Amino acid sequence: MAKVTVDGIEVEVPNGVSVLQACEAAGKEIPRFCYHERLSVAGNCRMCLVEVEKAPKPIASCAYPVADGMKVFTDSPMVRNGRRGVMEFLLINHPLDCPICDQGGECDLQDQAMAFGGDASRYREEKRAVKDKYLGPLVKTIMNRCIQCTRCVRFATEVAGVPELGATNRGENMEIGTYVEKALTTELSGNLIDICPVGALTSRPYAYVTRPWELRKTDSVDVLDATGTNIRVDARAGEVLRILPRTNDDVNEEWMADRGRFAFDGLKRRRLDRPWVRKNGKLHPASWAEAFTAIAAGIKGRKIGAVAGELVDAEAAVALRDLMAALGSNHLECRTDGAAIDASRRDFYTFNTGIAGIEEADALLIIGSNPRLDSPVINARIRKRVATGGIPVGFIGPRGLNLTYAQDWLGEGGAVLNALIGGQHRFNEVLRAAKRPMLILGRGALARPDGASVLAAAWQVAAQNGMLQPDWHGFNLLHHFGGQVAPLDLGFTTGIPADIGAVWLLGAEPVGVPDGAFVIFQGHHGEAGAARADVILPGAAYTEKDATWVNTEGRVQRGRLAVYPPGEAREDWKILRAASEVLGVRLPYDSLAGVRARLAEANPVLAGPGFEPHGCTDTAGPAGDAGGVSEAAFLPPVANYWQADPISRASATMAECARTYLPQAAE
Amino acid sequence: MVAEMSTGVEFPQPESFSFDEESMKAIDTIVKRYPPGKQASAVIPLLYVVQRQMKRQTGSAWVPNKGMDAVAERLGMAPIRVYEVATFYFMFNMKPIGKFHLQVCGTTPCWLRGSDEVARACRDTAKVGGYGQTSEDGMFTMSEVECLGGCVNAPILQVDDDYYEDMDYESTVKLIEALRRGERPAPGSVIGRQTSAPEGGPLTLLDVPGE
Repeated sequence: MAKVTVDGIEVEVPNGVSVLQACEAAGKEIPRFCYHERLSVAGNCRMCLVEVEKAPKPIASCAYPVADGMKVFTDSPMVRNGRRGVMEFLLINHPLDCPICDQGGECDLQDQAMAFGGDASRYREEKRAVKDKYLGPLVKTIMNRCIQCTRCVRFATEVAGVPELGATNRGENMEIGTYVEKALTTELSGNLIDICPVGALTSRPYAYVTRPWELRKTDSVDVLDATGTNIRVDARAGEVLRILPRTNDDVNEEWMADRGRFAFDGLKRRRLDRPWVRKNGKLHPASWAEAFTAIAAGIKGRKIGAVAGELVDAEAAVALRDLMAALGSNHLECRTDGAAIDASRRDFYTFNTGIAGIEEADALLIIGSNPRLDSPVINARIRKRVATGGIPVGFIGPRGLNLTYAQDWLGEGGAVLNALIGGQHRFNEVLRAAKRPMLILGRGALARPDGASVLAAAWQVAAQNGMLQPDWHGFNLLHHFGGQVAPLDLGFTTGIPADIGAVWLLGAEPVGVPDGAFVIFQGHHGEAGAARADVILPGAAYTEKDATWVNTEGRVQRGRLAVYPPGEAREDWKILRAASEVLGVRLPYDSLAGVRARLAEANPVLAGPGFEPHGCTDTAGPAGDAGGVSEAAFLPPVANYWQADPISRASATMAECARTYLPQAAE
Repeated sequence: MVAEMSTGVEFPQPESFSFDEESMKAIDTIVKRYPPGKQASAVIPLLYVVQRQMKRQTGSAWVPNKGMDAVAERLGMAPIRVYEVATFYFMFNMKPIGKFHLQVCGTTPCWLRGSDEVARACRDTAKVGGYGQTSEDGMFTMSEVECLGGCVNAPILQVDDDYYEDMDYESTVKLIEALRRGERPAPGSVIGRQTSAPEGGPLTLLDVPGE
């Protein structure tokens, strides 16, 4: 530890930290542009100058290590002068276009120019002009505004793992870009917008939309992948205008995947905004009362079941379960993709190591998942672990995938899994040598005829290779969407019998629904489910309700209502509660608190944090014959990352991404 | 193929580039100089290899995008890292140049000794408009370069890889005319100076015992 005095405040900091970090520990804010906590230190903006006793010149605090007994001054005349000078130079080539700049109001350069800059410009010469670059359909560039902090270059190289951005030419002619024009091939490109301290990289869909101070900000949770990314929904006049990540070191650090960030324009398109009832083979607009009456008539005397979709919140799921129970049914299903998940124990279907736990792992085996597309943020965490720790990564799945880190391709199908169970595979040695090995099993690998065997086999590999320890749980299932774990917690696994007479689809595809069955579709986007439905009940999307979401770790997080649902659409649990009244089986809760109390009763885990680092003491595996894995190859489960769920399929931004990145998939 | 460069004037880029046998041999020698895992250090010498190969094959010493990609692949680097290096250094021509590259040193010692005259001679004789330009016949490209490290024999005119020293207007004219005729005068001092010894012969150590 080193004792450092910052402006007379004595702090003790670990050896090797930078002066900037010591100043922060003392509660002093140091202005900066190029320095970013999660990126390597560049030291090229010079904004973080401080004075150190006995040093002849001001020093760049971000790149200067502390020494014991150091006396730092962050607000001396020398420092103020230095920062004013740096600011003047940064502004020499920066255009004075704040009034038309999308960063205006949340711009580091603007704020710091106010705080540390001079009051007038002395520069009378020409400013340099830089041609704008094309970085893809999500990031808009106005390169005149670039101050060359190189945060974007470091982010792309270090975090996203796609070294495609660079600084070409030199001096006055230096430019940030890809040199050879191309769209950035990363699913994390939106983060470039966040880390850019000026308006050089801004959001293309959000261009000229609004000003930050006009937005109402609501903390919520992203559900478009299973990461459970913490988000802030910015809305104005009942419309979601953008979504930004919030920092949560246990989940997403401060990153966010592009689908979650940019697909929200799908919330405004192709919405179900009123009830519909099918009469004489055609759907007709109806009132809520008519819809409920039609349901009461339609399900009368029929055997009923319920299917929960991939974007279902826990409140809606528990209300649906209670409604079914009240109707005397125990036919519940949520595995619409056919994944053979065994929900008898929670650690059979969650990401037990935890996302932050990845950083403790020292060997990783990936089975039938492309984490880069399943969850770009978790993939970035794996990359961080590989980059800093150099851990071995074994991969079973399609050959030649670019996961952004080095992986040892073991094979593409079940044969490797069988060999690993036998203990004779070369990767067994790697796993046995590791102290904290983990495996990631993709949900897609379970959605095949031998899915139960794959699950059992993966568990057996974990058990045999030291992944299941009393203080370490290395078995992980990676889900695809934020609404897939909560229904599992609530027992939506009893299945729909083939002779079912009526099915309540809660945002689910009509998979396995027999012809002639009476179908109720409740959801926010009508796709196949709504087309098949006899009654359509318009539900709320994830930004439009106070709801509980469970991510792939099993972490329970609360999303909050940012805007009201469109038209006559309502929060899902309220719809179910209202329907129960008409069906004569009134559910016993009338408020959100009531549903949540019921939720805690249904599964106590849903009342708590849901996830805490845990070990595994019971190594008994899930049902399924571990030896029954076929040799079939594991196919990439997410063929089209950009259009994987009903919201992103309705999004124009995502459609453009698909056209750009998947030209063969475009219609 | 039309260049997809985001900066500069557009000009055709070759559609492919692969190292020829001579380059491959040179690369093997160069890469061996660096310890295993540090092959990326060879990026600058390899860019020279590309530039020389282009000179051999097309008569114009420049580095096309595909050439940089080939270097990146050979050294296991991301292509953008090679682009960064190649565009940083003036020694790599990012667009096609003339058959002869006249590089006039304009740094202080050369300038004091008359590099302006050398440059004027280049403009007059080689018919080049100015720095960074190529003559209409495609024979000469003229660049101003920073110190070539030959200040003792200033001013220096570097033609491709060869130094011509102690230049003045007349000798530059003669040199360019010779190049145009297809001759290649011997590099070095044009006034007959022995390496960088004083003009006209040694002035000190004239009475070395035993000589």
